[in-house]
Amino acid sequence: MSHFLKDKTAIAGIGLTEFSKKSGVSELSLAAQATLAACEDAGLQPSEIDGFISYTLDSTDEIELARTVGANDLKLFTKVNYGGGAAVGTILHAVMAVASGVADNVICYRAMNGRSGQRMGQGISGQIVSSDLIHWSWYMPYGMLTPGSWIAMIANKYMHHYGVTSEDLGRVAISQRNYAQTNPRAFGYGKPLTMEDYLASKMVAEPLRLYDFCQETDGGCAILVTSAERARDLKQKPAMIRGVVQASTQGQEQMTSFYREELDSLPEMELAARLVYQQSGLGPDDINAACLYDAFTSEIIMQLESFGFCGRGEGKDLVRDGALDIDGRLPNNTHGGLLSEAYIHGMNNIAEGARLIRGTSTNQPKGVEHVLVSSGVGVPTGALILGQD
Amino acid sequence: MAQSFRMKPPMGEDNGWWWQEAAEGRLAIQRCTQCQTLRHPPRPVCGECHSFDWDHVTASGRGTLCSFTILHHPQFPGFDYPLIIILVDLEEGTRFTSQLVNCAPEDVSFGMPVEMVMHEDPDGFRLPMFQPAKGAAA
Repeated sequence: MSHFLKDKTAIAGIGLTEFSKKSGVSELSLAAQATLAACEDAGLQPSEIDGFISYTLDSTDEIELARTVGANDLKLFTKVNYGGGAAVGTILHAVMAVASGVADNVICYRAMNGRSGQRMGQGISGQIVSSDLIHWSWYMPYGMLTPGSWIAMIANKYMHHYGVTSEDLGRVAISQRNYAQTNPRAFGYGKPLTMEDYLASKMVAEPLRLYDFCQETDGGCAILVTSAERARDLKQKPAMIRGVVQASTQGQEQMTSFYREELDSLPEMELAARLVYQQSGLGPDDINAACLYDAFTSEIIMQLESFGFCGRGEGKDLVRDGALDIDGRLPNNTHGGLLSEAYIHGMNNIAEGARLIRGTSTNQPKGVEHVLVSSGVGVPTGALILGQD
Repeated sequence: MAQSFRMKPPMGEDNGWWWQEAAEGRLAIQRCTQCQTLRHPPRPVCGECHSFDWDHVTASGRGTLCSFTILHHPQFPGFDYPLIIILVDLEEGTRFTSQLVNCAPEDVSFGMPVEMVMHEDPDGFRLPMFQPAKGAAA
């Protein structure tokens, strides 16, 4: 029996701002620009938007954005927790709302002055006692203050266990930088990367070098979710939502799930894979392209295993075979991703997923039937499969 | 009292006792008094038997290195770089996140035996760190 959410909804509009290192405008302004662009893209009036969903880390509250873009009655407003782990979670909440009739047209958004404003990894302090702050306090006093430091601890163990090399990480960085060469919106546009450049770049948190890290970006991105029927009447080819899920597993911490017996896999991503394949009735063989969350290069190799494109420890072999490239098994982050396009916390990867279904990526592979998109790695996460109508 | 660069943990009911143990020189591990399961980081309830009753044991301080990262950038004031952060599998069976001291970055290896040294900041704040175990093969 088909899952009740399957193909009930679609992404009908995508909207992005310019990506820069200094936007010169407020985050509210970026969110509004992206939202209006998504409405324009879909051919739908902002007054028809009745739901707004973002990340708990987003500074723009739903009603601020609603007032700013001229929305009317809202039937849904919520924020999803856990940093980039929220990315496709926002879509899940929109899909549930639209499929159940709670809302008709929902905007999922993330807008941030991620370089000129509040940057990631600036530490946490103060006199507030909460379970979240106590969690961070097992790491912060030791100087373990940045996402790179947390991810490196798992990456080092994983690489040691399976013989993954710096060159393997470099191959991921270079593959995505190559894609950025055709995407004028990308930070990496006009800035090609060689293996020599990669290996010579400064070590940040061993085993991770500069080019293993994503960008810091000022920009916004909005995704419009509506019913399948409505999407067919709008301007763009719908990107049907075959499946979308959230996933968190035993021993889950935010970025520091260090106390599980095994540290060389991503249990929450494996759960997301099981759930999204189950909901969509699809499997890894049905996926033609992906936008796997890529705050760090090592995450891509690990996710190839989580989503069943290969066995445990074989992610590096797929990468060495060129699987991530345009003519490979799984063209991945064909816009450049968070590494080489922009870091809009994974929302821009969802936008590329929709483009791949529309056939409008600047690196469009042939015959894309299904695209897999994932949320943040090392945090409570999620997965999304988009498909042709 | 001297100022310290180090971010201090918020001291709540679930974790303040652990830091008090550290202040007195001990590396504590929380124990469920019903099923005897050890747990770290501390939490108010046992994940195994759901008992809210707990006490703690004092770790021997001996363990092996499970994973590590060597931090170079960004450099926060007060820390010495390269900064070696480690996961230690304590011989009691729980895992602990800490810093490795008295060890050159090139000498760090997976599985190396380590032992606790209690570090004290100029302002008197104490936290457990680790060093290569004395007498262990290099």
